[in-house]
Amino acid sequence: MTDPLSPLDRPNSYIGRTVPRPNLERLVEGRGTYVSDMTLPRMGHVVFVRSPYAHARILEIDTSVAKQAAGVIAVVTGAELVEQCSPWVGVLSHLKGLKSAPQHAMAVDRVCWQGEAVCAVVANSRAQAEDAAEQVQVRYEELEPVTDMRTALEPHIPVIHPELGDNLAFERSLDAGEVDKAFAEADAVAEAEFVFGRHTGVTLEARAVLADWNPGERRLTVYQGTQAPHMMQNIFAKHLALEEAQVRVVCKDVGGSFGIKVHVYADEMATAALSKRLKRPVKFVADRIESFVTDIHARDHVCKGRIAVKQDGTITAFAIDDLTGIGPYSMYPRTSAIEANQVVNLVGGPYQARNYRARARVVFQNKNVMCQYRAVGHPIACSVTEGLVDLAARAIGMDPLVIRSKNLIRDDAYPTDSPSGLKFEALSHHASLAKLKQMMDYDGLRAEQKRLRQQGIYRGIGIASFIEVTNPSAAFYGVGGARISSQDGVSVRMDATGAIIVQTSLTEQGQGSEALTAQVVASALGVALEKVRVILGDTDNTPYGGGTWASRGAGIGGEAAWQAGKALRMNILKVAGTILQTVPELLDIDQGVVVDKATGRERIGLDEVARITYFRPDTLPADFQAELLATRHYVPRQYPFAFTNGIQASWLEVDTETGFVTLLNHWCVEDCGTIINPQLVDEQIRGGVVQGLGAALFEHCRYDERGQLTNGTMADYLVPMASEMPDIEVGHVVSPTLESELGAKGAGEAGTAGAAAAVANAVNDALDPFDVTITEIPLTPSVILKALGQRSG
Amino acid sequence: MDKKVITLTVNGESHRLEVEARTHLADVLRDELALTGTHIGCEHGVCGACTIRVDGAITRACLLLAVQAEGAMIETIEGLSETGEIRDLQDAFRNRNALQCGYCTPAMLITAQDLLLHNPTPDRATIRDHISGNYCRCTGYQAIVDAVDTVAKARQAAGERP
Repeated sequence: MTDPLSPLDRPNSYIGRTVPRPNLERLVEGRGTYVSDMTLPRMGHVVFVRSPYAHARILEIDTSVAKQAAGVIAVVTGAELVEQCSPWVGVLSHLKGLKSAPQHAMAVDRVCWQGEAVCAVVANSRAQAEDAAEQVQVRYEELEPVTDMRTALEPHIPVIHPELGDNLAFERSLDAGEVDKAFAEADAVAEAEFVFGRHTGVTLEARAVLADWNPGERRLTVYQGTQAPHMMQNIFAKHLALEEAQVRVVCKDVGGSFGIKVHVYADEMATAALSKRLKRPVKFVADRIESFVTDIHARDHVCKGRIAVKQDGTITAFAIDDLTGIGPYSMYPRTSAIEANQVVNLVGGPYQARNYRARARVVFQNKNVMCQYRAVGHPIACSVTEGLVDLAARAIGMDPLVIRSKNLIRDDAYPTDSPSGLKFEALSHHASLAKLKQMMDYDGLRAEQKRLRQQGIYRGIGIASFIEVTNPSAAFYGVGGARISSQDGVSVRMDATGAIIVQTSLTEQGQGSEALTAQVVASALGVALEKVRVILGDTDNTPYGGGTWASRGAGIGGEAAWQAGKALRMNILKVAGTILQTVPELLDIDQGVVVDKATGRERIGLDEVARITYFRPDTLPADFQAELLATRHYVPRQYPFAFTNGIQASWLEVDTETGFVTLLNHWCVEDCGTIINPQLVDEQIRGGVVQGLGAALFEHCRYDERGQLTNGTMADYLVPMASEMPDIEVGHVVSPTLESELGAKGAGEAGTAGAAAAVANAVNDALDPFDVTITEIPLTPSVILKALGQRSG
Repeated sequence: MDKKVITLTVNGESHRLEVEARTHLADVLRDELALTGTHIGCEHGVCGACTIRVDGAITRACLLLAVQAEGAMIETIEGLSETGEIRDLQDAFRNRNALQCGYCTPAMLITAQDLLLHNPTPDRATIRDHISGNYCRCTGYQAIVDAVDTVAKARQAAGERP
């Protein structure tokens, strides 16, 4: 912090310091508590019988043999479980026209995707439940599946939910500026169809839930690997006919989330309903095949894009037409229209062009459900935008960095907005680009590329600028009627020894929520980090709040922690002032000791303040009551979202004989505002980049025309492994949001937002001598060879 | 289902267990011995999350039936933490934030230790290659490579000291 008056510039501040996360020690010793590790007395294990068909009517389920199998507690069909669990419809009122059909915890009379549960078997062990599940006989009448999103709206294609009238879940159009005029007056127009494969999160710990209905207490406790415990508390109560106060959701260690674990899954609802029905704990842990066919999938877009450019490099218009298939239901409660909506919002976002036309259509199909996964919509919008910008540059013969520097929104233009109505408080596209250019030695790489081409070695540079939605306000979900909190609460108290206990509504799945909360509170108070213990992930024991998703933890929960820490500091200083017979304004806390603010002279230790408060209040004035607990909440109000920005670059080599891509280096410069822990931010970026690289090169849920997932194992669905990944260099520009005192914006999704776009642009750059343009990911060897083959005829 | 009696030495303790022939070692460690530091990710030998040491060799516990491990000496993350054998690796992972959710971490540490026992001076590419059977979705691997590299160099420096 250069400003000496910054509120963050506290004695012994941990803001901006790399310190190890307090929760890592138990994890490196294998002493974490993941839901899959937990057992409770009388616990039953549930295994689901799942549909082998993408679309079929259930004619009969015969459970008689399974019920007699060893160790079986209960066998319950979807129709039977309706008694315990009401259906839901995944719509939000602010996504106008979004429609979906009621979805049950298990299919009742019809299955709509391969993998949908139809019957549950609960037994004393998982193995016994699996044995018995094989004895459940289900008769199906197979129905025509709708699998190709490109034809899903055609009149001869069956309508999956006839009561909805058609397979169109949602459509949004936008027309800003004078698009037709811009294209008519352009010196060059480039267009392409961008294809994005379906992929998924592949959390290493599969989804897991342990539900415990206690009839004596009339309370349901759900141990769940979820990112949003309070949201789940509401959902369990609503659909199991309970009051929210009857439901406690506990979230201990979670083996990866990335948006996969922020949704309401039918089988997890069924598990809770089964616990209520059977009056005992029931545990569900998905196996890997179940994960592939039921964890939400993401992307699966076909987006046509056009760009208009002048010969001087000025980009004048973008136009897109996006189509995405979301499976048979819009997910609940966040809906499956958000990704397409984000694509419409974000295309062209980094650039000055004011003419923009977009259409997005979201269609139903008989494949696994689709919903929000890390960087929701951003990879689509970024790949389309940046792919078009490269095509425009090629069309007028301009360097990719030069065309970007001509068109990116100027760093002194803020506050400003986008043609789609996004409000930007302060972004740093040009500073980021300049930093990237220097970090990667752009000119040096261009020279190397030219030299190697003469030897038949084809290397490419790909650039991708992006903007990222972080710190979402109620504009994201709350305004649409979802009971998903956009605010967070933090309570901070000092115990009788002067140690600090923090309860936050954030959750932790490895991002560092616990660490950043401890750092912020320690800084606000003026105590050593080791004195701060953070409690999170428990609806009974934390303030109400959103949890950890949409890059909101540091920006929203962090600010609540800052405000709560400041409030407790003032409360402590009031006690100290009373003891020392001075005013609190003249005091401060430094390293756990109350000091004179002006001189730093030590006056009284926090342990002593605590001792007097708790054990000798008789020595304090009769009209003074000490309060060593403070709670504060925070939500952004000025800006619906705190946009961040950044730019990535990829340097890679394409083997034109085999089609293999070797990633040589990757750079990311991003601006998340105030950085609380530089190491955690960098590692969020790197992890995010690698998820984007997986999408770019490997990851693809491959369905056949009957709606069968053909690669539902980790041997067949490829994910990035260490030897294929490059080192990733991360740089920062810092533009704090002025809406909060902390000034932090999100960083969790920036890496994923732009990585695939950078790789795709680099592959096309490498193949420039072959006059090949590929706009499809994953960029598998066969995709690359096919493109090279088509060129040579 | 018929059960068989087996004897295993796990982290130095001898156990006599009745197991079904079909039960894999990871389930026995987790469900029978409550050694939940051995994690399960795919149960078909791809993700590496269940990596343990069996008679000194790193092994995927999901690919070994418990009955096949009769008489074997098994070491899990709990045992390796207790003996202090990988303390330096654990510290390096913590200091470098080489884990996020921590689910792959016990296996990743055991795999890294295996590398350093067999090759005390690996370069970065060798480290990446050796841990390529262990899937990590969170970190992007670079921090893990850094941590292993740091420990390799520190052990080497310590070994060279008189």
